[in-house]
Amino acid sequence: MVTRLKDVDAVTVGFGWTGAILARELTKAGLNVVGLERGPDRVPGEDFILPSVRDEVKYAQRLELMMDNSIDTITFRNFPNEQALPIRRIGAFLPGEGTGGSGIHWGALLWRNLPTDFRIRSALTERYGKNAIPDDMTIADWPVSYDDLEPFYDRFDKTCGASGQAGNLRGKKIDGGNVFEGPRADHYPNAPIKSSSAGLIYAEAAKSLGYHPFPTPVAIASAAYTNPEGVTLGACEYCGYCNRIACETNSKASANSTILPALRLDPKFELRSRCFVTKLNYDKAAKRVVSVTYTDMRNGEEYEQPAGIVILSSFVFGNVQHLLLAGIGEPYDHASGKGLVGKNYAYQYEAGAGAFFEDKEMNPYWGSAGMGVVIDDFNGENFDHGGLGFFGGGYIACNTAGAPPIAGRTVPHGTPEWGSEWKRATVKWYHHAARFNTQGSVYANRNNYMDLDPTYKDAFGRPLIRLSYNPPDNEYKMSAFLLSKLEGIIKAMKPTRYDMHPRPKTFTIVPYQSTHNTGGTMMGADPKSSVVNRYLQSWDAHNLFVQGASVFPQQHGYNPTGTLGALAYWSANAITTKYLKNPGPLVQA
Amino acid sequence: MSDEALPRRRFLVGAGLAGTAVAAGLSPPATAAPPSPAEAAASTATAVSPPPAQPEPLLYLNDTEHAFVVAVVDTFIPADELSPSGSDCGCAVYIDRQLASAWGGGARSYRSGPFFKGKPEQGYQLALTPAEFISAGIAAANDWSRKTYGRDFDGLAPDKRAEALKEMQEGKAEFANFSSKALFGRLLTLTMEGFFGDPIYGGNRNKVSWKMLGFPGLPATYANVVEEYRDKRYVAEPQSIADFS
Repeated sequence: MVTRLKDVDAVTVGFGWTGAILARELTKAGLNVVGLERGPDRVPGEDFILPSVRDEVKYAQRLELMMDNSIDTITFRNFPNEQALPIRRIGAFLPGEGTGGSGIHWGALLWRNLPTDFRIRSALTERYGKNAIPDDMTIADWPVSYDDLEPFYDRFDKTCGASGQAGNLRGKKIDGGNVFEGPRADHYPNAPIKSSSAGLIYAEAAKSLGYHPFPTPVAIASAAYTNPEGVTLGACEYCGYCNRIACETNSKASANSTILPALRLDPKFELRSRCFVTKLNYDKAAKRVVSVTYTDMRNGEEYEQPAGIVILSSFVFGNVQHLLLAGIGEPYDHASGKGLVGKNYAYQYEAGAGAFFEDKEMNPYWGSAGMGVVIDDFNGENFDHGGLGFFGGGYIACNTAGAPPIAGRTVPHGTPEWGSEWKRATVKWYHHAARFNTQGSVYANRNNYMDLDPTYKDAFGRPLIRLSYNPPDNEYKMSAFLLSKLEGIIKAMKPTRYDMHPRPKTFTIVPYQSTHNTGGTMMGADPKSSVVNRYLQSWDAHNLFVQGASVFPQQHGYNPTGTLGALAYWSANAITTKYLKNPGPLVQA
Repeated sequence: MSDEALPRRRFLVGAGLAGTAVAAGLSPPATAAPPSPAEAAASTATAVSPPPAQPEPLLYLNDTEHAFVVAVVDTFIPADELSPSGSDCGCAVYIDRQLASAWGGGARSYRSGPFFKGKPEQGYQLALTPAEFISAGIAAANDWSRKTYGRDFDGLAPDKRAEALKEMQEGKAEFANFSSKALFGRLLTLTMEGFFGDPIYGGNRNKVSWKMLGFPGLPATYANVVEEYRDKRYVAEPQSIADFS
């Protein structure tokens, strides 16, 4: 039996970055907000502390902060004609669980999309001709411009206490920053994270080739910083225990460290953790989601929470699953290409390299997740694709995020994986290895999508999301191009030896590659081509606002969190300044 | 200790290993730096008279499985000039405890059917928990070893153990109804976790692998040394979770 609770003004389904941003902005506007989160509440002063956070076994190997696949997972296949099988334990990507979501264990690289990324279909057509984009490449312009989002990117930078070097301040190019970025209204709140030996050698080599290296921008405070919420963040310790792990100094930004300390004090906000939302209750005639149904994991009881506004702020897969199960919007049908919910799934195409310098000391174990030097010369439309045979691009980085001893040991290819010879090579090279990454775009393709699995169900009996994904040939060529540029830089670094690590042509669900999943509830200019409008408002339910990377029409060559954070502030601004005055569609269909 | 004539009994295996540890100069248990003179003295005393070898209490593995695991970790990580053997470093203890943990019991994994073999790209598709997987894998490996070499894996000489593991690594060892390559992969990962993980889990005894690598373990902070030590080795006595506790 379902217990019906009393109405609230707004409810968030999921409580990571976007749930927290929306809850904070809506309570500030006077609304009573309930935050629903499937996992536990995570409190920095209690859960992110020394020495327990510096545990590679618990966090990096056993994935303590990640989703519980015994409750919920997805199924996967490379191609639509194959049998999809469940991901029995997550690997290639690691959605988080608990307050803060994936934004606790993330690498905290904080990027903005390029201005041309937001109008990529138009930009490619203008530059390469109206027939240049292949038929199966279903990319779309975003319904917002870089200039629309800039104030909200800036806002998110400041919430996070971001560190970096501006390369374009109000149109003025600044050497040492990313000269390809769109104009920024303001500097980063903090100076860049310090660079390591490897990063400095990389920067010199890149410069010698005419490229434009700069320190990787991060949502990590390089110095103590008080954000606009009045929350003080600590300075980065370069501890090397960063990826997949929570930050003990509250330097690496999370909703828990930057927003929740203020939000928890607000009586208009109520957090309900360990509450798993199983259903959006949709009134199709009224075009509203009237309530959400959840199970309280502590007593097994079901509750119905009516709300004036519903913020759908779970991970990409959860957002799509909720819409498909509730019948909101038309499901994407691969055979006909019709329908939109589940369409334009994209991933991030990463490939790397390792180089070895026998006479250089790298002290590889220190670093922070975003500690590195990067070039953006081959991202998006920063370079001419004429004659290259692909579209898209990515950044090319020397990452010095720390080399934890279980997973961070790099040895030259051809080294045995065990035995005395392996041990000698490990000891020989541990202090002398540098690691590199190319992070490329994945442009949407009609064969990459999500729908409901016909066979497998979650712990609540709901069909799992079925993911069909393989990087199109376009992406494989793009990655090969980035690797060739990276190889040029590595050669200029004059290593003792190096190895390039291209990805196989067939995507594999293990090992870890990237948690950057996007699409499925794409935003757009009209309901014929998109699931949500430019304010992330559902075309089919005007009180439903879908947050996160599921609204990206395709994945550009940047980490998604900067853009999804900016979109959350932009959406919240539309709700508080427009929707509350006149609840209804903010864009006429 | 890997002499084929040695019977496969745990207490004997343990006693043999302890001898290797002393021979290889296993460091004494470190105290949190900097130690007081009294602590330093106590620490030195420990090095002179190591604790007597004890049979390791097992949480999950049976004696046959334990002997197999000891033989595997000692082949992956042989005693040499860089470290004591895998089992002397605690890797077998680590594996036993991991298999007894919630993870070993299949926690946080999706275990509903139907079950299909799938493509390698689709990852692990068995109903077996990690602990059940290892037990079933060891039984299959020993069957194969008896058929191929006439005895269980742990009864093989070091060169034969290495040869057998290589066959498994390359998927050439044909186990009955079990993937030798999958077993190999899981064992190698577990061994490396035990060797390089924090000693709190039972492996990496006395931070032996961290000393070997020159990995300082858990820092309080490096913010003050990152620039000073560019292209210059930073040396520190490794600190583990226990040292901070």
